[in-house]
Formats: sequence, C-alpha cells, structure tokens
Amino acid sequence: MSEVEEMLKRIQGHKGVIGIIVVNSEGIPIRTTLDNSTTVQYAGLIHNLSNKARSVVRDIDPQNDLTFLRIRSKKHEIMVAPDKEYILICIQNPSDN
Amino acid sequence: MADENKEGGGDKSRASSAKSTKSKSGSKPGTPKTPRSRAGSGKAKKEDDVKTEEEKPATADAPQPTDKPVPLPAVPDDITDILAIFLATKTQELFECRADEDVTSDNPYKLLKKEDIIQDMKTRAAVSDFSPAKQLVMDYPGEELLIVYDYDFKHGQNFYLITTEESKDRILNPPRPGGEGGVEGGEGGEEEQVVEYKPPVPKDWVSYGSEKEIAEEAFGETRPKKAFKIARPRREFGAPVNFTDRDVKDVKDGYMECTPYDDKNFSLHLLELDKATQAIATWTDCSSQTDWKYPRNAVTQYQPREFTEEEKEKLSNSTEVKVFIEGSIPRFELALQQNEIVDVFFDDWAALASDDATFGSKSDGHLKEYQSFTDLQFSKDKTITCIDWHPNLKGVIAVACSERLTFDQRVDNASKTLMTPSLILIWSFTDPIHPQLLLEAPDDIFSFQFNPSDPNIIAGGCINGQVVLWDISQYFDRLKNPRSGGKLKQNSMNALPGFEDENALAIPIIRYCAVSSIENSHHLSITDIQWIPDHLEINRYGLPVYNKHGDCSQILTCAGDSCVMVWDTRAPKVTLNPLEAKKQETAHPLGIPATFKHLDLSWKPVLKVSLPKPDTNGEFAPLKVSIKERQGDKAHVQKQIEQLEREALGGGMRRESTMGGFGRSRSAKDQKPLEGVTTKFYISTEDGEVAYADMKIEKDQDSGKMTNPKPSWYSALHGGPVHTLQRSFFFKNIILCVGGWTFSILKEENQLGPLLSSCCSQKKYTAAHWSPTRPGVFFIATEEGNVEVWDLLDKTHEPTLTQNITACSITRIFPWQISSKQQLLAVSDDMGTLHILEVPWNLRHPSSNEATSIQNYFEREEKRLEYYVGRLAFREQEKREIDAEEQRIKNAPPPAEENEEQVQEKMRREYE
Repeated sequence: MSEVEEMLKRIQGHKGVIGIIVVNSEGIPIRTTLDNSTTVQYAGLIHNLSNKARSVVRDIDPQNDLTFLRIRSKKHEIMVAPDKEYILICIQNPSDN
Repeated sequence: MADENKEGGGDKSRASSAKSTKSKSGSKPGTPKTPRSRAGSGKAKKEDDVKTEEEKPATADAPQPTDKPVPLPAVPDDITDILAIFLATKTQELFECRADEDVTSDNPYKLLKKEDIIQDMKTRAAVSDFSPAKQLVMDYPGEELLIVYDYDFKHGQNFYLITTEESKDRILNPPRPGGEGGVEGGEGGEEEQVVEYKPPVPKDWVSYGSEKEIAEEAFGETRPKKAFKIARPRREFGAPVNFTDRDVKDVKDGYMECTPYDDKNFSLHLLELDKATQAIATWTDCSSQTDWKYPRNAVTQYQPREFTEEEKEKLSNSTEVKVFIEGSIPRFELALQQNEIVDVFFDDWAALASDDATFGSKSDGHLKEYQSFTDLQFSKDKTITCIDWHPNLKGVIAVACSERLTFDQRVDNASKTLMTPSLILIWSFTDPIHPQLLLEAPDDIFSFQFNPSDPNIIAGGCINGQVVLWDISQYFDRLKNPRSGGKLKQNSMNALPGFEDENALAIPIIRYCAVSSIENSHHLSITDIQWIPDHLEINRYGLPVYNKHGDCSQILTCAGDSCVMVWDTRAPKVTLNPLEAKKQETAHPLGIPATFKHLDLSWKPVLKVSLPKPDTNGEFAPLKVSIKERQGDKAHVQKQIEQLEREALGGGMRRESTMGGFGRSRSAKDQKPLEGVTTKFYISTEDGEVAYADMKIEKDQDSGKMTNPKPSWYSALHGGPVHTLQRSFFFKNIILCVGGWTFSILKEENQLGPLLSSCCSQKKYTAAHWSPTRPGVFFIATEEGNVEVWDLLDKTHEPTLTQNITACSITRIFPWQISSKQQLLAVSDDMGTLHILEVPWNLRHPSSNEATSIQNYFEREEKRLEYYVGRLAFREQEKREIDAEEQRIKNAPPPAEENEEQVQEKMRREYE
C-alpha cells in the first residue's frame, strides 16, 4: 500500500503536476489527489476517450495497442496511461504558464 | 329422364364444369367423337359425379318426387337399344305422356302397355306415331314398354323407346352402385347412417365445349399416315464407290454458303469497367411508431458511480493496482520531464513577432491628447496640487485646486483667500466643462486620495495641517451616471429672474464631514496623504496588525513638521453614553452624512512618528512617505490572514461592527503583529534627501522614552525637494525618487546608494510616476510642461520620448489603466488645467519578459554598485598603502652628498 503511495508521490512531486487519478476499467475513480467533483468528471470523460483511442489503434492494426495518451491543451497537459483494468491520469501545468 | 338429367346436370353443372376442367386435363386423347366416347367421358364424369354426389346425397334427393323410386339420372348411355320416336301431342294425350305434364325432364319415364300401342297402331295405322317402331313393339317380349321423354332431343326426337326388357329394367331399377362393373368405380361405398346411400347414377355427359379445348391441345393426326416405300436395285448395294473431285464453281449451286453478317441483336461492346467494392459496417435502421402528441422536456438526473471508502482502500491496496502503477510510472516520468525541459508547442515565430512590434511602430509612439478639463469658475488661475483617479468608476478623476500664491503672498492675502472656497473638483469624461461634484475644504488641499475600498470616502490634507474627510455616498449616482453638459439651453427668455447661474447651482458642493482636531494635527501643510492598505492596520505601537474588517480605515500623513502620522477613521473603543450618542447623532448641519461625526474636530492620530536626523540635530521635513505595503497586494500575508481568521472564528471572538461598516478598533495589546510586513518606510524630504525610517515604538536606549528609532539611513541624492517617492508596481523593493534636476532608483535596504542615478536634465523635474503596466517605464514631468517617458530597457541616459503638453509647469502626473485597451495619463499644470492624454500601445504594452529583464537589470546594477563600492574600499586601501609608502620614503634620511671622487669611482665601476 505504501509503495503505491510512494510511487504516486513521486509523480506528484514533479514540477507543475496538478493532480493524479487512478480509475478502474469502468471509469470509477479509485484514488485521487483532487477534489471529488473534478475527479469524477475527469474519470468519466477521460475513460471514454481512452477507450476510443485504444479502439482506433487496434482497428488500424489489431496487434497494436495503446500505451500512452497525452492531451495538450492551452492550460494543461493531461497524460493517460491505460491498462487492462485500470487507467492512470495525470494533469500537469507545463513549464510555461 | 332427360329432366332428371337436366336437374342433375344443373346440380352438378358447377361440379361438372369444375370437373370438366379436371377431366380436360386428365382426358385421354380420343378419336373423333362418337356416342361411345361420350359414354366414355360420361363414365368418367359419372365417377366424378359419384364423388360429388356423395357430398350432397340429401340435397340431390330432396327435389325428386318420392313416387318414382330413384332420382333416375340420365339414361345410362350404354343403353343402345333406343329408338327415338316422335310423339305428337295427340298421341301424348292418348297415352298420358304429355310432355311436361305427365312426363317431365325430371320424370321422363313412362311405361306404356304393349297392347295399347298395338291398338293405337291399328287404329291410326300409318298416322300413328308408333309406326316406325311397329316391328319393335311387335317383337317386344314384355308387356310394357318404357318410353322416355327426351327433353333435349338427344336422340333426335322428343321421345325414345327402350327396346329391350333388360334395358328397361336397368333404367327403371338402376342397380346399386357397387354392382355395376366399372361404371361407378367403387368409390361410392360410403354408407350414411341416417340416409341410405344411393350411389349416383351416371348421367349423360353434357358437352360444354371442353372437348374442343382438349382437342386443340391434343396431338392428333390430321390426316392418315402416308406410307412410302423406297427401293433401290440390289445390284447397287455394296458396289465400289468412285469419288471424283468437283470444284465449287463447276456446278451451279454447288455449295451453300452461310455468310456471316453483323446481327445487330448481338452487337455488344465489351468494355472494361472499373468496379470497386467497399465494405461498410453493418447497420440497421429501425423505427417504431410512437405516439407523439407534443414535445416534452425530458430531464435526467444522475449521479456518478463511486466506490465507498472501504472499496477504494481495498482496491488501491490490491496487487494489480500496484503492478499497473509500477508499469506506468516510467512513462509518466518521461512525459513529465519532457514537459519540464522544454515546451514543444511554444511558437517561437509568433513570440518573435510580438517583440518586434514594440520597436517597429514609431508612428504611434507619442501621447495623444484625449481630453482636457478646465473650469472657468473654479480652477482658472489656480494650480492643481493633486490628482486622483476614482478607483472604480471609469472616467472619473478628481483634482484639488489651490491658489497660486507663495507663502508671503498668502499671508498678505489671507483675508481674501478665506473667502474663496477651496475645492476638489470631480470631473467625469462625459462633461469637460462642468465638474460633477465639488468638495469643499476648510483650506487649500495639497494632497488627497479616494479610499480604495470605499471610494465614497475621500481623505485630504490641508495646507494648515488638518486632515479632512468627505463622504459622497449621497452623490454616488451623479458620478455613476454623470450628466453631460448637453442641457445647457441658455434660453434667456425663459430664465427666471433671480436664478442667474443655473449651472453653478446644478453642481452640488459637498462640505467635508470630518476634520481633525487642530491641536493634534500637523503644524505645517500636509504634503502627502495615503490610505493604508486594507489588509493591515497600524496600532499605537507602530506595529502592523491584521485588519479584520478588510477595509481601508487608516490614513498615513506626513507634513513639513517632520511628523508622520497614522490616523484611524473608526470610532474609538470607548462606548459613549446613550445620551451623548443621541445628542451627537441628532446634529446634522448642512446635510452632511454622519459617517465621521465621531471624528469631527476631535480626531487624533493613532501614531505619531518623528523623523529626527540621525547624525546631526535637526529633523527631516518629509515631502513624501512610502510604505512597502500596497493596496490589494497581500499575497505575502495571505496565509497569516487565513490563519488569524480561522482563529478568530474558532475562538468566537467577534466584535460587531457599527456605523456603516467601520468597526471598533481592537485593543492594541492583544494583537500579534503581522509577519512579513515591515514597519520601516521611506521618506523623501524637502532638502533632497531620502531617509529610511522605522515607525515602531520602542524603548529608546538613550532617552528611555518610548519613541520610534531614528532613521537608519539617509542620503542626499537630489538637488531639490524630492517630490516623488514611489515604489514600482512590479517590484516592491525598487523605489523611484525624483527631485531637483535628477532622478534615482533605489533598492530598499540597499544602503550603498541608488541603483541608477540620472544625469542632470536641463529643466527641473516637477512630477513623476511609474507606468502601471510596464515595469521599466516611468513618466517624468518638467517645469517646462514637457512629459518625458523613460524606458529603462531602451535608454538610461535620456528619455525615450519627450513631449510638450502645456505651456506652464506640470504639477502632477498620474497614469491610469482605464480599460484593457486604454491607458490614460492625467497631467495637471499650474494654470488649473487637467490634461488627459492617451498612452500609445508601445508605451503601455509590456514586451514579453520585460519584468524579468528589468529585474535582471536591477540585479546587475546592484552588483555593479556593490562592486563599485567594493572597489572604492579597495582603492581606499590601496591609497593608504601608497600614502604610507610615500611617507616612509619621505621620512627616511636623504642620501649624503657624494664628492667628486666617489662619483668618478662610481662611473668607472659602471663603465666596467
């Protein structure tokens, strides 16, 4: 348990990181460092997008699979690492504000 | 019989017609019709009739008369011994076989006695109808003969005789259906229980034309077959064959040719076509009929699915999550680091463009005249001493006008100046001719400021050292929706006598609502007055404490009597007796709001800071005071404030606020000073000095009194009174001091000297102000009426832009950001005119990284200063060493006079 905490803290400690969310395959958040409403919103939306992205990759080449997804917006960058059962989402404010 | 036939036929006509089709299809090819075949087809028909007859035996039975044994169907066609005979009506009557009376088609049988017939024949001889059957009758074995009425003339006549007994019997007593061989086919064996089954009697086949159709379809020989016999002599069989050649042309028509020709029916063009196949996703289109009457709002309320805390804990502790996170972490770290290193999406090209723009456009580089305000009545021939923009309302600016007299002149004209009111004019951009409000002061105002948290309160400092307060809440609407001067209809015809100057009456003059007590105020004119920022308040000990109410309620003033005072506008803690309070409240002279009634004429400062000179006797005469705190900038104390608020809420210590939001000041002892807020401040003096003083009250070492410590540092920087001492809006440590002919930029606590010191300009500087948006830009005004714009990033030895605004000297300059697209510069001059200029884009828009550049610049300057001072010290030391060296040389005895010999010897030695 503490290892998980430690690892998440490592990411959290990077410059500009706003929050981390761990979501299960259905889009229900398991662990988060943000407030509840934001978490739920991110979890639901990103989980859908991640599944869609994965299906795109696999449709093009069935032997391929999605490993990492980065969404860059004006204000933040959202990084998503999907897995079979879980999804890890990290939101960062990149170097220039 | 014929009748029966008909009836049966009628009955079965449907059936038979149906059956005739059946029989048509099933018919055998037959030879040209004979009665035999008719019988044959009749047989077939009979079979069918039997079948149909089975179905309706009852109905078939019903119409038949019961006296006759059986529905005697048509005469069985196999009865061949029939003789057609014509019976005349008379004969019919004779024998009682009248057609359609005694015998009918249903009942065509009639038995006639043989003797009767013979008798008839005898009587009528040749006339008798029976004559053709004479022989037959004679030979007839039986007694009775059967005569059948042939309704249809089937046999040629209307009656026919049955010639043999057997046939007669057969007809009259048709055997049971099963008995007759082959005719009935044996299928009618069904016996009904109720009705005795009577097999159908075959009837004559009635032609409906079906045989014609059959005949058409049938293949038949239309003519007899022809037989040919071909013979060849025997000798020609097996003879040797002799073949000869023959050319095609030899014989006419020796060959048959089938030439090919282009049959248009078959001219097909063979083309190559492009065909493509696309696989699409399978889709289905479904719809169902719904009953939709009217549109309805549909609402769904939902809640996101969440895990409970325990589930979350359990899940997050599971090994799968751990493994997953372990696997994903490296990717995340890579991505995060990438972002930290460089921003890949940074558009260098676009950023480059924005830098260029500031240097490029010189056309729009000057200050544009926007508006100017003069009031002929109130501000003509006066000098404007102070400007302040309204903090909230756009386009509202206030100026203080005072007489343009020197001290001596004032003394001389004291009586006259007492008569003319001293005013602060509040202008609005909508009306450049008439001010919106006039604030009346007891004496000329040299400095004033709107309260940043409540702009309806204005604090001003008078020339006599008093602090004056106004409350313009009642007239706020006038300011908010100012009336433009469009209603100046000088219609003298309608002007009523006695109302001479309408406009002057239209502009309200507001009297001050509180003034400080004269004894406790300054002794000389107040040169600077400021509201202390709302996040702190200064208590009696000079310590900054947290201001719970979050509004500006304290004023900082300084005057030439070398005092800096802190005033509090809130009511003192001492509670008044209810009686006294009531008495005070009832007095409302001249419609002044009672906001500061508690202060009026009894207002004392909270804190008095004296400014003695540290080294010599004497005091500083401050012109301007500058504290580090700025209104609205409380980031450095934010955490503390939050903590204190939480404490206050938790402790339940809440004091009620009275009187228009101004609460009671708390006791000074039980307050903790705010950390991060210093008590030190800068003052600038009339003698061109800048000093760094402290306002907290401590026990002084020397005298033992509780007084503030002496200024720790001062330096004489300028040649004239330092009229501007202003901190930069971007860097709280950087202070701009302008006075005399020079300006300098200081850094707080840096006692080595100014970071930047300008060279002397041609003309005296009279006013200055930092730019509110660009960290490296400030405006300086001269006594010639010029405004100089200095850009530290551009040039530090001369201004970037010089522009002449007015003919006389400028007294104040104040830039203000009106909106995001407009920055206006207010310039007041000695003639009482307020000029508003628009700042061009390149002077108000900071270039990218300007703040960091300026900061770097100041740091460099600081380093340079340190280095310089360090070098000075070094040089000092060096100089001392050199001096010591020289001293030693000087002190050493001079060398003795050498005689000629010694000199010659020395020269010889050198020669060698």
